[in-house]
Amino acid sequence: MSERVNFHFEIDGENFTSAGEASVRIKKHLRDMGFSPDTIRRVSVAMYEGEINMVIHANGGSADVDVYVDRIEITLADKGPGISNIELAMQEGYSTAPDNIRSLGFGAGMGLPNMKRYTDNMKIESEVGKGTTIYMTVNV
Amino acid sequence: MKISTIIDLLHARVLCGEDKLDGVVNSACGCDMMSDVLAFVKEQAVLLTGLCNPQVVRTAVMMDMRCIVFVRGKLPPEDVITLAKEAGLVVLATDERMYTACGKLYINGLAGGEVGNE
Repeated sequence: MSERVNFHFEIDGENFTSAGEASVRIKKHLRDMGFSPDTIRRVSVAMYEGEINMVIHANGGSADVDVYVDRIEITLADKGPGISNIELAMQEGYSTAPDNIRSLGFGAGMGLPNMKRYTDNMKIESEVGKGTTIYMTVNV
Repeated sequence: MKISTIIDLLHARVLCGEDKLDGVVNSACGCDMMSDVLAFVKEQAVLLTGLCNPQVVRTAVMMDMRCIVFVRGKLPPEDVITLAKEAGLVVLATDERMYTACGKLYINGLAGGEVGNE
């Protein structure tokens, strides 16, 4: 494999039904590239939660997955409302998602905690009114 | 537990994946909140749920699950079944309620899974 392989996705914020399609595609790409099932699951679950978050909170955004020999980096960027209290948002069970999202199976306050759970490193940069960028790394 | 045994225990109908009923699942998760499912990591698991949207299939795919059981007599729309077919999943439907369906599988030897990725 060359030094870095990039996969870029635009996440449609209008369509909850299609949310997660990019993560399914990443899962297939990583399988084709020969990564272990554990690594593939960690990357795809973290990205899937991020995709769902961008659709629920930020009217979509972009996702970049950079694959290196020793690590996989995921960058999720949106121009949504931003996160005013990141520490609170990281608590399991805390959610600002509207009730209709809970009827769709999300909004339990597990999205960001799951992203942290499945990655080796996670950094959130967010500015209220400007947007949020989340950087995650899964070591191979 | 074989998927065909789950069908017998829950009097379930097969909505897709008829060719994979000899497949084996090692654990089960009964849940309507998909992020809670994503916190659960056992492979070769079966997901029991009353939620009928495409995110159920994507969640099952993310967790390398083999089989989804829709409980309480719910039937997912055709696009959900199509997604499951593409993913190679077995999809079942039972009239049992969530609690009863999980209980029947549990007392017949199918364990729950551990939470977290430790």
